[in-house]
Amino acid sequence: MDDSTNKPVSGPAPQGIRLTEQQLRARRSRSIAIALALGAFVIIVFLVTIVRLGGNVLTRPM
Amino acid sequence: MSVTIARVEPSIAGVGDYIELMKPRVMSLVVFTALVGMLVAPGHVNPVLGLTALICIAVGAGAAGALNMWYDADIDVRMARTAGRPIPRGRVTPGEAAGFGMTLAAFSVVTLGLLVNVIAAAMLGFTILFYVVIYTMWLKRTTPQNIVIGGAAGALPPMIGWAAATGGTIAIEPVLLFLIIFFWTPPHFWALSLYRTEDYARAGIPMLPVVAGDQATRRQILIYTLILAPLGVTPWLLGYAGPIYGVAALAVGGIMIALALRVRAERSGHTASKQMFAFSILYLFLLFATLLVDRMSGVAFGHVAA
Repeated sequence: MDDSTNKPVSGPAPQGIRLTEQQLRARRSRSIAIALALGAFVIIVFLVTIVRLGGNVLTRPM
Repeated sequence: MSVTIARVEPSIAGVGDYIELMKPRVMSLVVFTALVGMLVAPGHVNPVLGLTALICIAVGAGAAGALNMWYDADIDVRMARTAGRPIPRGRVTPGEAAGFGMTLAAFSVVTLGLLVNVIAAAMLGFTILFYVVIYTMWLKRTTPQNIVIGGAAGALPPMIGWAAATGGTIAIEPVLLFLIIFFWTPPHFWALSLYRTEDYARAGIPMLPVVAGDQATRRQILIYTLILAPLGVTPWLLGYAGPIYGVAALAVGGIMIALALRVRAERSGHTASKQMFAFSILYLFLLFATLLVDRMSGVAFGHVAA
């Protein structure tokens, strides 16, 4: 490894990734779909828990 | 020392592309046959648990579809029927499809195991593994018996539905449903491959018409249909279904044989094979729908023990 690795990089500052309009739209639709899927999963787990526990859901040691 | 960093473009894949990866039409048939397997099983299925099982089976089928599209992207691009899929079109990268498929596969199997029962989950896991590894990765590109053996994956959903409803008891009825779909698969796909032979040959897939020729395929379609049609009637003959199902199975089975005979006799063109392919989908749907109606009416009128 030579000394050049520690030298500051010259040139314009990095701009980062700029998403196009299409990429932004796609990402937003994917995010909404993931949120809906996770929400549905939470509801399913909740309902199955109630079904599995039945009336015992209200019976617990205080 | 120089390091090359590959620039990965941000994804342009929308929700529709991911839904397409899950093969929604195949998924709908899987869900329907699993639903029938679940509802014809003895005993009462809690609707919440039943719906949960069906969602897991649907997601598992979607996972298998996505993994199939990931592995087959190189041949999909060469076939007219599959060139419009999300990966060949450049909408989804192979890596995205693989990650999506594996995540869904693990999620569906674990959820089914934790929320419904372990036997059904194990069967779903086996089905996904069989479809992706045995069929897609191994048989599809090596043997004309690919869809015959691989058809087992598509035939398992009614058994998964039965296992989800009963906790995994073994019975002849779900095995019959498995056998019906198993023997339905070859005539269904070979009818399609008869008029897509050039597509399959270009992609290097050894489908029966590519390897053994047109006439051998037409003969095999007839042989499998002659096994399938009587098999379709057996749930009635063995007393698992009533006369509504029996009459319907005889009628649609008769039409399947008539179409297979027309396919066998056809010397030029593909009219008969196209009709056979289209009707085969209706055949399976009608058979399972009638079984469901027959069983539900039997339960409603007290003929069949629920």
